[in-house]
Amino acid sequence: MTDDMLLEVRDLTTDFEMKRGTVHAVIDMSFSVAKGEVLAIVGESGSGKSVTSLSVMGLLQPPGRVVRGEILYKGKDLLALSKHEMRDIRGNHISMIFQEPMTSLNPVLTIEDQLTESIRTHMKLDKHAAAARAIDMLHLVGIPSPEKRIKDYPHQMSGGMRQRVMTAIALSCDPDLLIADEPTTALDVTIQAQILALINELRDKIGMAVLLITHDLGVVAETADRVVVMYCGQVVEQATAAQVFERPMHPYTLGLLESIPTMEDTEVDEPLYMIPGMVPNPLNMPRGCAFAARCARRMDRCVSEMPPLYAAEDRKLRCFLFDPEAGEEARS
Amino acid sequence: MDWPTAPAPGTAPDQPSESLIADEAMALGEVLPAGQFPEEDETFHEKPENQWLEMWNALIANRAAMVSLFFIGFLVLVAVFGSYLTPYNPIETNMANTLKFPSAQHWFGTDQLGMDIFSRVIAGTRVSLTVGLLAVSIALTVGVILGAIAGYAGGWVDTVIMRVMDMMLAVPSILLAITLMAALGKGIDKAVIAIGLVSIPEYARIVRGSFLSIKENDYVAAARVVGNSPLRIIFRHVLPNSLSVIIVRGTLGISSAVLDTAALGFLGMGVQPPQAEWGDMLGRARGLIFQAPYALLFPGMAITATVLAFNLLGDGLRDAFDPKARVK
Amino acid sequence: MTEPLVQLKHLSKFFPVDTDLLGRTTSLLKAVDDLSLDILPGEAFGLVGESGCGKTTVGKMLVNLYTPTAGEIWYEGRNVASLSARQRRKLCCGIQLIFQDPYSSLNPRMTVGDIVSEPIRINNLLPREQIADRVGYLFNAVGLSANYRNRFPHEFSGGQRQRVGIARALAMQPRLIVCDEPVSALDVSIQAQVLNLLSDLREEFGLTYLFIAHGLNVVKHISDRVGVMYLGRLVEVAPKRELYRNPLHPYTKALLSAIPVTNPAQRRKRILLEGDVSSPIDPAPGCRFASRCYARSGCTSCDCETNMPELVEVSPDHFVSCYLFGSQDNGSRLAPRF
Repeated sequence: MTDDMLLEVRDLTTDFEMKRGTVHAVIDMSFSVAKGEVLAIVGESGSGKSVTSLSVMGLLQPPGRVVRGEILYKGKDLLALSKHEMRDIRGNHISMIFQEPMTSLNPVLTIEDQLTESIRTHMKLDKHAAAARAIDMLHLVGIPSPEKRIKDYPHQMSGGMRQRVMTAIALSCDPDLLIADEPTTALDVTIQAQILALINELRDKIGMAVLLITHDLGVVAETADRVVVMYCGQVVEQATAAQVFERPMHPYTLGLLESIPTMEDTEVDEPLYMIPGMVPNPLNMPRGCAFAARCARRMDRCVSEMPPLYAAEDRKLRCFLFDPEAGEEARS
Repeated sequence: MDWPTAPAPGTAPDQPSESLIADEAMALGEVLPAGQFPEEDETFHEKPENQWLEMWNALIANRAAMVSLFFIGFLVLVAVFGSYLTPYNPIETNMANTLKFPSAQHWFGTDQLGMDIFSRVIAGTRVSLTVGLLAVSIALTVGVILGAIAGYAGGWVDTVIMRVMDMMLAVPSILLAITLMAALGKGIDKAVIAIGLVSIPEYARIVRGSFLSIKENDYVAAARVVGNSPLRIIFRHVLPNSLSVIIVRGTLGISSAVLDTAALGFLGMGVQPPQAEWGDMLGRARGLIFQAPYALLFPGMAITATVLAFNLLGDGLRDAFDPKARVK
Repeated sequence: MTEPLVQLKHLSKFFPVDTDLLGRTTSLLKAVDDLSLDILPGEAFGLVGESGCGKTTVGKMLVNLYTPTAGEIWYEGRNVASLSARQRRKLCCGIQLIFQDPYSSLNPRMTVGDIVSEPIRINNLLPREQIADRVGYLFNAVGLSANYRNRFPHEFSGGQRQRVGIARALAMQPRLIVCDEPVSALDVSIQAQVLNLLSDLREEFGLTYLFIAHGLNVVKHISDRVGVMYLGRLVEVAPKRELYRNPLHPYTKALLSAIPVTNPAQRRKRILLEGDVSSPIDPAPGCRFASRCYARSGCTSCDCETNMPELVEVSPDHFVSCYLFGSQDNGSRLAPRF
């Protein structure tokens, strides 16, 4: 749409053909990431958030398949590109870091090898220039004494360091967009704080855009500008981070926020709020709204009809409670 | 401290507290508040899943494995009913009828002693299958026990057992078998023992490896915490989870055993003449390759077909047991 | 004054990492180092720390999955090591464990009914006819319908599997349950369900918990007292509210501030620790946190690098292991006693 829009995803639908039936992992998903902004996609297991990121990067393996939709990167549809062209985009323009830094790095190559390989592939630098740039990148991600550490092997580094190295590799070719799939889930709380601070710093220093995939709302609160909440493959709420945390509107978002153990000081211990029930079986999705079975504000029509994405108060909500035609009674 | 709400026997309520059942039931679609839910909202399938059934279904889909299974079934029938199927007595010589080319009377021809090759091939089926199955049974039993102990106990027990296995593996199995036969003497029963013993290390190693990885699972630790003895843990918790590995290896092992039997027979160390055995038949007809190729061809094909069938079945079982390979 | 249910006295667990040619250990991983702790009957004690701090090792020593290298465990007033084999069996009934990973803590080849009934069967706790009833009762107690007893673990979700694990732990009617990070592998909305379940069960059955977690936020809802561990040592112990309102040890403060906060009104300045968690292998003498401690400049009598500070009671029931608080020679008590 505008020059500012780095990534625009429209009506993305991804299916998995399993023996027992078809799983609709992502259904009609649309979102966009602007230059220099952090967009968080939040959801629990089975929400389709990881599948979304894999679809964008073209890393989906059979039986997964993008059924329809457009993924526009700077105006070009990534789904229409050839494998070769897509490989050029990956690393150069869009980069990705994964959840498990333990298994994402090759254990038999030094950090230097892995960093320079990426640099030389995409930037066509010679060995020395590539090595120098690699040290710069390690410095950027906050690794102390990078000239020494660059000769280390992955197993000589801790989880936090490895995640920083992963980030350095991802950033080494100056991508415009970084996709971070649960980057801190496997890390300790204090290390997580460091990595999140790093992401914020990178966003401020080099204007990098980040698509952050996570289930941890705390992580979202600390880094994201805008939030997309997913449930069972669909967007249920889309708003700025400030809006979502100050006033969550969709019942699922509300429930999610309420059920997180907080550090609030209370005199009496109250039981944690919990969303009753479970995520429905993906092979057996209910006919109406996927969240209806667990929703405290369920209405009759929620069970039989799928609510569309309504625009309400500057955000998007998939809930009949916000149907503009339903009038005030619906919202009581 | 007594549990205040422990029920008297036979009076246990079968409904949990109200709030809990509402949550669980709602999720499972069992309780329909005010009849609002579609019936298809269920989390579980119609009946409990049977893992063996799943595996069987996956196996059926593998054509090569099914053909092999039928062929093996056919071989078993031949082995069992062989004596009724042989047109001629397999050990009856007829010096007037030597080295006849395959014809209507002798489908596979006759060998240098005038014995009907077809009948001998049929008779040999019983020998090969018997030795193969028996030898593997011995090797599996001993190998599994040794591997289980080594894998579960670890430490010096593991070291001692595996070093002995390594020593056995250092010698090519055929040579080892021959040496054993030299010590034990000739004969089918000795062949069973020899081949059985020689195959033990392979199973021990496989089972040990499987145990080592299964041991890492929390449910093994949980079994200890609730008070299982080590023996119970090995047989009730770890072994059932190694079963797929053992079955696959065992099936592949039968083909090795059949080959080893033929090899021993070829060297004249298996059955005693004039009993029929495929390897022995090959050995005798060694020099006749240009004169009477059929004397070599048919026993050779029998060996090849049998070995191939067990290999394909073993591969099919391995794929069927691997849940990752089950996606369409 | 109530007798503690469990007393850990100077408990240590070391793992040899490297041996020289003669078999002598040259490198030692000190997972737990001289840890002393009392757990009162009926209380929930939260033990918190990051990876490598040894909290899981403590839990495993309690259920006899590890044998302590040094120190003693006392249960119901008696030294566990001095018990006969039969008494040790009874002990096994008294302390049970809930595992962290719901996907590997249930035997995939057993039905969930068998998994829950096994402890009862193999210890002959009930006559055979009564076992089925008891299993049904346990299933209901954790919120699962007894009709599912013949299903296999892979047919259940993570949260449900964890409930099966809880039912198994309850089967032997223990007094103490060690909960080893029981909710870390679960989705947020299921975490709340399981945490509430554990709270309810504690009230219903009068249980005592040692609740192990890596986050202070998880432990807050369920604990009475909280202990913070770092690299095998207890650095701070206090009643829950006191710890959260008034954290003393620099590591506790850093841990608290690292928890991401969703309420924008509660944002505060973060304490970011330098570097990574140090290695528990052959640790340097002195306070384990010294190399990352940001508060050392404020310490006048600092001996941090050479001498390990003891746990000192700084205010009622609030113990800290740091030279910033209370020196060693003012007569304060050294280990938590009640």
